[in-house]
Amino acid sequence: MRKAVFISLWKKAKMYNPQLTDDGKLKHLLSIEGLPKSIITQILDTAESFVGVAEREVKKVPLLRGKTVCNIFFENSTRTRTTFEIAAKRLSADVINLNVSTSSQSKGETILDTVDNLTAMHADMFVIRHAQSGAAHFIARHVKPHIHVINAGDGRHAHPTQALLDVFTIRRYKPEMHNLRVALVGDVLHSRVARSEIHALTTLGVPEVRVIAPKTLLPEHVEKMGVHVYHDMAAGLKDVDVVMMLRLQNERMTGALLPSAQEYFKTFGLTQEKLALAKPDAIVTHPGPMNRGIEIDSSVADGRQSVILPQVTYGIAVRMAVMSILAGNN
Amino acid sequence: MMQPIDLPDAEQLLTILAGQLKPVINSETALVGIHSGGVWMMERLLPMLGKNMKHGRLDVSFYRDDFGQRGLHQDTLPSQIPFDVEGRHIILIDDVFYTGRTIRAAMNELFDYGRPASISLAVLVNRGGRELPITPQFCAHDMQLPANRNLQLMQNAEGRFYLTLEESQDV
Repeated sequence: MRKAVFISLWKKAKMYNPQLTDDGKLKHLLSIEGLPKSIITQILDTAESFVGVAEREVKKVPLLRGKTVCNIFFENSTRTRTTFEIAAKRLSADVINLNVSTSSQSKGETILDTVDNLTAMHADMFVIRHAQSGAAHFIARHVKPHIHVINAGDGRHAHPTQALLDVFTIRRYKPEMHNLRVALVGDVLHSRVARSEIHALTTLGVPEVRVIAPKTLLPEHVEKMGVHVYHDMAAGLKDVDVVMMLRLQNERMTGALLPSAQEYFKTFGLTQEKLALAKPDAIVTHPGPMNRGIEIDSSVADGRQSVILPQVTYGIAVRMAVMSILAGNN
Repeated sequence: MMQPIDLPDAEQLLTILAGQLKPVINSETALVGIHSGGVWMMERLLPMLGKNMKHGRLDVSFYRDDFGQRGLHQDTLPSQIPFDVEGRHIILIDDVFYTGRTIRAAMNELFDYGRPASISLAVLVNRGGRELPITPQFCAHDMQLPANRNLQLMQNAEGRFYLTLEESQDV
């Protein structure tokens, strides 16, 4: 009896997708996992329209006029916070930035109290970055129905807007996603970006996703995510169309996972020689911030195959798309 | 049941409209089509009015006044204004003129590209039902339609224009 109740509850929980409204529209953006292809495509297509806005005399559209977006960053990130801020401002929203690590949390306030206080100040959207996996889900479950939550990175779990801007960049350079071989290189174990990227790529129908990393930087059973695992750059990079570099997450590393940074660069750092094994027109992405000389050589980072700076530019368009789609789904 | 209403021939209307526009076209004029019917019309009007005319296209989804009620349109297309708007005489092209709200959105968007010398509006059909102080200067056909009808420009496989009238979902 108890088991039956448990199973029915479990089924209910599984069917309930906190990101979607009852009629299947995007309400919160918490992870790529669980998002249907149609919504991912809608975000990418909408972002195409926002790219042009940045090239105009007035780089603003009035969609979020009168709305207040709160960037709550429990963990530092200058680039992500700045691009979210610019995105919200280009949509004409009012933006409040809270760097919580230096504010009331250090005085002992709980996350939900912080959120409730901002709700009382009539915030309409929260952009959350937190070192704890699941923080954005937790807040999304708690907020009032008219409020939208965007996960801007939670622990090792997910960083959906980064993955969306990565696939947006790939799609712009390589529109035939059904024909691509993509390799993710580096610290997959600690990377929320990698997890979200793998989900986004496979959902969009990329036929071959590879991960290249030392065994110590790969999560257990990573192949269950539908990726091909390589421990050797030469084999892994052969004939790929896209090389997605990951940052070595020094701050999340515990124990001796790597012999040394120099050793790592020698084996897994992306140099021109190693990149030459990929297709001649292969592109190189990196979510930033880069550790030059550790996971990527400067000549590659600044080279002709690098699309690292376009990624930053497109990141604004993609975040504008996410915010405007969410704000419209009430 | 819908009462049958006679619809004019859209191809004829396009020729009439081109005739109205011809005298006002000069080197400072630009045509801007509004997605999607207005863009089709602009593409057809260009060879009739002078191939080298400056032209662009607008998708007004980001400027619509019903975003709060309806959310973002499912399939937005990028707006493209590949010329300097500053000081130019712009003719907005749309298929059907109804409430005037789309045109308001289009004008707001145009001004974010620069300050045009003038904006005028050319449409195939003015169906009545204006809700704003905006009206087309160039119009090939006037008719009065009840609010529960949706008049739309369509294109067949050969690219020939025709009009359709359907019962509208939302009034």
